Amino acid sequence: MMLSGWGRFPRQSCAVSDPRDIDELAQVLQAGSAIARGNGRSYGDSALNPVNTIDMRRFGRMVSFDPMTGQIVAEAGVLLADIIDTFLPRGWFPSVTPGTRFVTVGGMIASDVHGKNHHLHGAFGAFLDWIEVMAPDGRITRCSRTEKPELFHWTVGGMGLTGPIVCAAFRLRRVETGWIRQTNLPTRNLEETLAAFETHHSSTYSVAWIDCLTGGDTLGRSLISLGEHAAASDLAWDKRKQPFDTPAKRLLSMPVSAPAFVLNRHTVRAFNDIYYRRGAARPVEELSDWKSFFYPLDSILNWNRLYGRRGFIQFQCVLPPAASAAGLAALLERITHSGLGSFLAVLKRLGDAGTGISFPMPGYTLALDFPVSPGALDLLTELDRIALDHEGRFYLAKDSRMTPSTLRRSDKRAEDFRAMRQAMGLSSAFTSSQSERLLL
Amino acid sequence: MTRLPVLILGAGSDIAMATARRFAEAGYPLQLAARRTERLERDRADIELRHGVKVSLYDFDALDIASHSALLDSLPDLPGIAVSAIGLLGDQAENESDAGAAIRVMRTNYEAPACFLGEIANRFEARGSGTLVGISSVAGERGRATNYVYGSAKAGFTAYLSGLRNRLAGKGIHVLTVLPGFVDTRMTAGMDLPKRLTAQPDEVGRAIFAAVQRRRNILYVKPVWQLVMAVIRNIPEPVFKRLKL
Repeated sequence: MMLSGWGRFPRQSCAVSDPRDIDELAQVLQAGSAIARGNGRSYGDSALNPVNTIDMRRFGRMVSFDPMTGQIVAEAGVLLADIIDTFLPRGWFPSVTPGTRFVTVGGMIASDVHGKNHHLHGAFGAFLDWIEVMAPDGRITRCSRTEKPELFHWTVGGMGLTGPIVCAAFRLRRVETGWIRQTNLPTRNLEETLAAFETHHSSTYSVAWIDCLTGGDTLGRSLISLGEHAAASDLAWDKRKQPFDTPAKRLLSMPVSAPAFVLNRHTVRAFNDIYYRRGAARPVEELSDWKSFFYPLDSILNWNRLYGRRGFIQFQCVLPPAASAAGLAALLERITHSGLGSFLAVLKRLGDAGTGISFPMPGYTLALDFPVSPGALDLLTELDRIALDHEGRFYLAKDSRMTPSTLRRSDKRAEDFRAMRQAMGLSSAFTSSQSERLLL
Repeated sequence: MTRLPVLILGAGSDIAMATARRFAEAGYPLQLAARRTERLERDRADIELRHGVKVSLYDFDALDIASHSALLDSLPDLPGIAVSAIGLLGDQAENESDAGAAIRVMRTNYEAPACFLGEIANRFEARGSGTLVGISSVAGERGRATNYVYGSAKAGFTAYLSGLRNRLAGKGIHVLTVLPGFVDTRMTAGMDLPKRLTAQPDEVGRAIFAAVQRRRNILYVKPVWQLVMAVIRNIPEPVFKRLKL
């Protein structure tokens, strides 16, 4: 069937199977070099394999939960959304969540996803206790920081290239309510934006939407939002009795792809302008429900169709702290100059690096998306170069078009990863279109 | 309010499990009866975690008719709702050449579920309440060359449910006949099913739950099947016998 990542680019014809248990999964691996796929939320071609793509969503059961430690054991295909639905009413929330809750446990591990609290708490891998991975011969290996640590090290953030993840144990965090105390800080330029991140480093959650269509004095103007889990005492009286009840959101859906003219430099500029003004006019402090704070886009199903039939490409790099100010300014200037606006430009301070070839490292990460066009592809090649000049590296879960040499120049660990795969006999057993493209 | 449990017979099937999950979501405790219940342990844990209801597993062989009443005796509570998902598609070609195989299909699709629901019906009648759900098949509405052994057994089961409903109407006991049509399950894996006519197991589970709440008599999971079967039933036999369906 025709398959793509969330960016709907590239689209490839893939042979897909959906095994329902360990035995069937072991059998499917014999059909040829394979890649496991979760809910298809990575953007590019990391969960595509024309010969053997394995849909893991039938591994969708939660195995156990320990209310003393917050440890949940779940099969790889369980959706984060289901975990929240099950455990938030009991006072637990994911320790780390990406910007969508429609991701699987396996996908979160393979991409070592990060959230708005990365600068303090690290990525998803920091809360993982163990992972069960299937080897090419169908055997299941449990690995952790102490047991088979090398496999654990490379599986977290390893894009599924160490074998299908079948089960994992990780920790949730205690929360008193389903609400977030949100602080909104508009900034007028990049300098102010970065200063605000540093000033508010102790905020549990922080992220900025950055306007990437204004240059000059207002280059890098942003809306920063900070958040803390609200305590029961932060809620109004009427809400305290049911602290986890938040307003039900109607799920909207994009029924069809938007025609190409909907997103052009004028509409995107207008959108950015209005969005900034509205954001700047918001109250400084407000209570947000967890869905609005963490998953604003999840309320529009298939929002990826907004970008039209050709799909969109994402760019996400992280620059080290010392190079961030200059690097971000160069990136933003280049984007402003191109006139290709990005709707969803997100800037975030990251904290400590994780294991293996996991993406995050201390510094600033910028995420952008553009409708696919020859101009956008050229622009991203230039953004790659600017990021490289500033010692940046790239997020494989977003990538659909990087070259192997760009990857190697940005990340010395790529060659180690490749060597490890060869040494462990994984290179020919597990491949994705991305791993083939990037020679991993 | 503590709810009486839902008993599901043949709980290992995809339709049964989807139905079980839908009832658990609504807060019903579950009694899951199947062969080799050890393969249902993970589902049990998952359902209990997600929905906070008690799930009990019971090992049984539907073809061992004498064991039916023993199983019912062993339940701590007589269920409020009993669902039979007992069934076996079998292989038509094998059924034509091997009477043993055909008998197995006939017994699994007719004798076993009918006798089991009949036994429960008597206990429900004594109590004066209960809902019986029989998962039959549109294949039972007219015999076709490609699966008439299975179809004839389902026809028997559908007629049995109809009679049971007639007998128990006015006695506080409701009987629902479910005709799922094509469903994307382990049973149909590898078949090339038309998408518009094929339901997902979840859809069947939700439809059964809703039909039980509304006390429906006959449920076509996808309404289009009602039309399809009306046409198929009304094709004159001289024409029908020459068709390849």
